Amino acid sequence: MSAAAWPDVLRDVAPIALLLVAGFAWLRLRPHSAGRLARGFLYMALGMGLFLAGLEEGVFPLGEAMARRLTDPAHVGADGRLWIYLFGFAIGIATTIAEPALIAVGMKAEEVSKGALSAWGLRWAVAVGVGSGVALGCHRLLAGGSLVAWILGAYAVVLAQTLAAPRAIVPIAYDSGGVTTSTVTVPLLAALGIGLAKAIPGRDPFVDGFGLIAFASVFPIIAVLGYAQLAALLRGRQAPPA
Amino acid sequence: MKAPAALLRPLAEAARDLAPIAFVVAAFELGLFGTSWRELLGLFASLVPVWLGLALFIRGLAIGVFPAGEALAEGFVRRGRLAALLVFAFLLGFATTIAEPALAAVAGKAAEVAVQGGRIAPAEGHRFALELRLVVAFSVGAAIVVGVLRVFFGWPLAWIVLGGYLLVAAVTPLAPPAIVGVAYDAGGVTTSTITVPLVTALGVGLASNIEGRSPLVDGFGMIALASLFPVLFVLLYGAARA
Repeated sequence: MSAAAWPDVLRDVAPIALLLVAGFAWLRLRPHSAGRLARGFLYMALGMGLFLAGLEEGVFPLGEAMARRLTDPAHVGADGRLWIYLFGFAIGIATTIAEPALIAVGMKAEEVSKGALSAWGLRWAVAVGVGSGVALGCHRLLAGGSLVAWILGAYAVVLAQTLAAPRAIVPIAYDSGGVTTSTVTVPLLAALGIGLAKAIPGRDPFVDGFGLIAFASVFPIIAVLGYAQLAALLRGRQAPPA
Repeated sequence: MKAPAALLRPLAEAARDLAPIAFVVAAFELGLFGTSWRELLGLFASLVPVWLGLALFIRGLAIGVFPAGEALAEGFVRRGRLAALLVFAFLLGFATTIAEPALAAVAGKAAEVAVQGGRIAPAEGHRFALELRLVVAFSVGAAIVVGVLRVFFGWPLAWIVLGGYLLVAAVTPLAPPAIVGVAYDAGGVTTSTITVPLVTALGVGLASNIEGRSPLVDGFGMIALASLFPVLFVLLYGAARA
């Protein structure tokens, strides 16, 4: 990262610092330790600068290089589509399954559903949802379908499922869409999409390269609602109401 | 002073987040592309700043922003003045989103690709990225305000979210087609490292302090709104720019 970018990082972190200071002043509270708070901001600014530099030097080139080689017949044969879908699916699962926010949401879901949904099952539902979403998003990019039709179609499915699914699961399912797209996943998916759009003739990286993150956000909702519906169905079969 | 141990944990956590992704990349590199171990190590070496940066950033959040933000959220909820709470909610959404590294990275990438494609002048790239981030941050602030009102008045989440996506469907034709991919992705980009824990803390704290609200059902849902609003606002921003 160039030296000129460090002021940008400070500018990015400044609003939170201001908000916290103003908030403490307004409520006439004192932070537990002003020293820790200041050290926290120093770490944040340094970390963000390193992270963004690493994205520029590492993650973005890596994502685009993977996309280039996945579309190169020398590596994947005449029709490498299946490899691209497999890569998208695997990356979707890999980025999701270890996500700490998701583990927390899974435990909440187990509580809300009184054990009908397991934390483990929910994590896999979300992971498979993200994996399928990225794979379908890659397919859309290759086949050239309409992003609007895909995404809004997916939300129509969510609407239909919402009407039928157990009510308590709905907010958790909706949140799981946002939770999955973590700090590392997002740049990697952006690089993959832009790389694919650059490698495929007739695609414009700006118009076609984005959209994978949207796919990775909506398909987990469908997967979690589907998992809840399936669990409700199985439970109804096992223990018919007396 | 247990500084080494305190820094080791975030390093281990960041490694756990990155390891599954590295595993998938390694499997494709070695298995399909015939990359040598040497080249693979070089590739992973370029990811070290991402790892260190992420760990440092998260450590900074953990000792600084999270405890302070949670104390403030609790303070504002307890004081019970809705107007003050709404101002705090808006600023919290705005400030955490501006500091979100994934958003900074993707906005920068969008500007870069737009400049390469000749859509905007090179001199405008920096401004475009910044405007994009400001629009997204503003919309997350607005989303948190609506989320607080929802918990306060007990509005059902499903109708707001699905109504919102109907609005997205209605606004999409008004925006220039080129911006649609970026706009749809904006929803997933916003909700990463900082925003999710702080905003969930606000929602759950609010729901536990208001009679007749369940923290599990009413506390969730903030993230879903924070994923929806940016899509809508970036589409409107695109329409306004055109």
